[in-house]
Amino acid sequence: MKKVVYTLCFMCSIRCPIKVVVEDDEIVSIEGNPYVGAMKGGVCPKGAAATGLLNDTERLQAPMIRTGPRGSGQWKRVSWDEALDYTAEKCKEIFSKYGSKSAVWCERTNFITDLSKTFTKAIGTPNYFTHDALCKGSVNTACRSLFGYTDAQISVDYGNTKHIVLYGRNIFEAIEVKAVNNLLDAMGKGAKLTYVDPRVTITAAKSTRYLMIRPGTDLALNYALMNVIIKERLFDAEYVDRWVDGFEKLRTFVDRYTPEWAEEETGIPANEIVALAQELGEAKPSVIFHYGYRGANHPNEIYFRRSLLILNALMGSIEAKGGIFFKKGPKDAGHKAGLRNYSSQKFPKMEDTRRFDGCGQDKYPIADPAHGVGGMFPLAVLNEDPYPIKVLFAFRFDPLYSIPDLNQNLKALEKLDLIVSIDINWGGITWMSDVVLPESTFLERSDPIKMFPGLKPAPYRRVQCVTPRYDTKPGWWIVKALAERLGAGEYFPYESIEDIWNYQLADLGLKPEDFEAKGFVELSDKPIWWDRKDGLKFKPPSGKIEFVSSLMEEHGFPSFPPYEKLETPESTFRLMVGRCAAHTHVATQNNPYLNELVSENVLWINNKKAEALGIKNNEMVEVSSKVGKGTLRAFVTDLIHPEAVFILHGFGHQEAGCTRSYKRGVADTLLQEHIMDTIGGSPALDHTLVSVKKA
Amino acid sequence: MGAYCISTDPQRCIACHACEVHCKAKNNVPQGASLGKIVILGPKLVNGVPRMSALFLPCFHCEDAWCIGACPTEAIRRRAKDGIVYIVADLCAGCKACITACPWNIPQWNPQTGKAIKCDLCMDRIDEGLEPACVAACTTNALRFGKPGELSQETREAYGQAVLSKGFAG
Repeated sequence: MKKVVYTLCFMCSIRCPIKVVVEDDEIVSIEGNPYVGAMKGGVCPKGAAATGLLNDTERLQAPMIRTGPRGSGQWKRVSWDEALDYTAEKCKEIFSKYGSKSAVWCERTNFITDLSKTFTKAIGTPNYFTHDALCKGSVNTACRSLFGYTDAQISVDYGNTKHIVLYGRNIFEAIEVKAVNNLLDAMGKGAKLTYVDPRVTITAAKSTRYLMIRPGTDLALNYALMNVIIKERLFDAEYVDRWVDGFEKLRTFVDRYTPEWAEEETGIPANEIVALAQELGEAKPSVIFHYGYRGANHPNEIYFRRSLLILNALMGSIEAKGGIFFKKGPKDAGHKAGLRNYSSQKFPKMEDTRRFDGCGQDKYPIADPAHGVGGMFPLAVLNEDPYPIKVLFAFRFDPLYSIPDLNQNLKALEKLDLIVSIDINWGGITWMSDVVLPESTFLERSDPIKMFPGLKPAPYRRVQCVTPRYDTKPGWWIVKALAERLGAGEYFPYESIEDIWNYQLADLGLKPEDFEAKGFVELSDKPIWWDRKDGLKFKPPSGKIEFVSSLMEEHGFPSFPPYEKLETPESTFRLMVGRCAAHTHVATQNNPYLNELVSENVLWINNKKAEALGIKNNEMVEVSSKVGKGTLRAFVTDLIHPEAVFILHGFGHQEAGCTRSYKRGVADTLLQEHIMDTIGGSPALDHTLVSVKKA
Repeated sequence: MGAYCISTDPQRCIACHACEVHCKAKNNVPQGASLGKIVILGPKLVNGVPRMSALFLPCFHCEDAWCIGACPTEAIRRRAKDGIVYIVADLCAGCKACITACPWNIPQWNPQTGKAIKCDLCMDRIDEGLEPACVAACTTNALRFGKPGELSQETREAYGQAVLSKGFAG
């Protein structure tokens, strides 16, 4: 008998709604949830490859304790009790000497994030960070500096836009299925897409205008656009008058940044900048300057992300159809409360609240403590600043291949007394762990319900489709089992996923059965928009969009520091990193189907530069930076700016257990220097200078 | 393509190759083989402007199929009701004659079973009233499956409506 399950994918962090058909405990098909129109029944290649993961004999299959030196690949397969008891005993030993604050929990934000936060609070450590910090910490900070909301609380109305500008937001290769379909629909109705990137991507090839910008100079382009928009009065004057604080400061500031000035810095002709500004002025307010997906490129990241949001504000496109909107939650839809959290229980007072990263404290006062500043992890460990860090819990997140400077990361690991991985696959950190706790895949487990705020807020549910193929457990089970052994079980008052669902839904008036029909429950029939005249609820003290940010100024950070020119010294290249449709982060390179699509990364290098260096297409080249070097194949092309070279993120795996991805390509973190946006909190992943020679 | 065809909308195709993976997952296709193939031209610069295009190539299910004629064991057959050309795996001797006889070398080799495999448009799905896996779960709805006459009607209707609505827009 075939059965249909409406659930949520987790082949990447987007978590698309899917319809899974199951027969005899096997997956028959995975398609987009038909009740979510923008899915159009589609599932991206990663989602399509989910059965490749499910049936993979090279993924983690049972709890394991390391028996040889770290990274030797020598393991003892153990029972869950043995693995958990061992972990707890080690923790107790370490905590008795260094305190429980010596533990750091890092994770890819997921449906049990509420429970991981419960865990850290219950055991008494302030040290928690997410992948988001490394991906878009500065976007988050920029958003809060202007609106008082995080980037996760705003979204983009792709389907109704008239003109969208994407700065390296390679939307057709780093795929969100709904966004891609909505944008393609809009383009089918005549919407324009301007794409700005030093590299010709698939998004560039599908754009209506492509601008090959000098790497690292996007902020200069934006200041010039503001200059034109203000001088030619292309902005939405009514909106700016009503909702913007600090417009005059901006006008004075950008006066010097003319299109001609920007042409010299960016390489984009001044007349193109003027033409773009004018076209956007005509299409306002249904225009989008995409504020970023990954926002971790250069040390001035916060200012670049602010500039994008400021451009939207000038166009009046914030909370406009076809622009950017604030995501609405259950309260906006007339509910008294949303999902109930476990992490808002009362916990014992922490002995020391200083965080490893100084986030929200001394080092990164305005970065978001909800995600932390993950880039600080290796430095905190190596320098024992503010105190020794001795235990790392890594949940579905790989600090080795995500934090710049792999060699420094490895040195930091040497100082840890215990590394515990909760994961599905082997990865950099799992391979270096002392204990491995294997999680079931998203097809083999149910998860806590997740609220998806939006124009129509709706809770969604992930439901188990098939029985686990191996001796694996859901994350919510693992974290409770760990807490129990550390004397903190009382904060996890559940035995089953049904207990969790019922607890979560108690205030919302919904029952788990309500999710059977479609996998989600819409809390509003109609899209909820705030009134643009009087109903925009900006949170800064002024109640407006603060171009001059009180959050920043109060902490001594200027809102408009002068632009600093960026030079790429002769004989070096700016190393850029990015994505392809086949892979997510460092998690899928060993998937049999996805590995077949893209099995290694290559170095994109400009054809004229390559010729001067005597490098031919497909030849092996050595790329080196101040902190590392690696050898990979060259892709010689006219599709990249001469000052940049590019590699895909996620390759260069050194885990012998993964035969398909083992030693294929080069890890970007091996080459990347540890450079941070010291205000916003993102690492500067595209800022490292490298040299290239024939291998 | 027998009674059916699959058309590609290059405006919507984003070259993600999900169609190939859906096909492989559904039909249990081994590494190295690919029953349906999405062929991508580009991205490349044409007069300085980035361009790309796409065309999906499954089996054509020819009216006079070379593979059927070449098969010595009558393992390759055509369904009477809709012209789908398929392989009866039990009868395939693994001689590869179909692969070489096909002008596009469309039949694929399965080294695990030592037999030829080919696209049958997911005829089990068609019999359930579903579209082939590649089409049904294409990320962007860039692939369309149907009878040639229906596709033509739909495309002309959509184009005509777009032209007419432009007249109303002013």
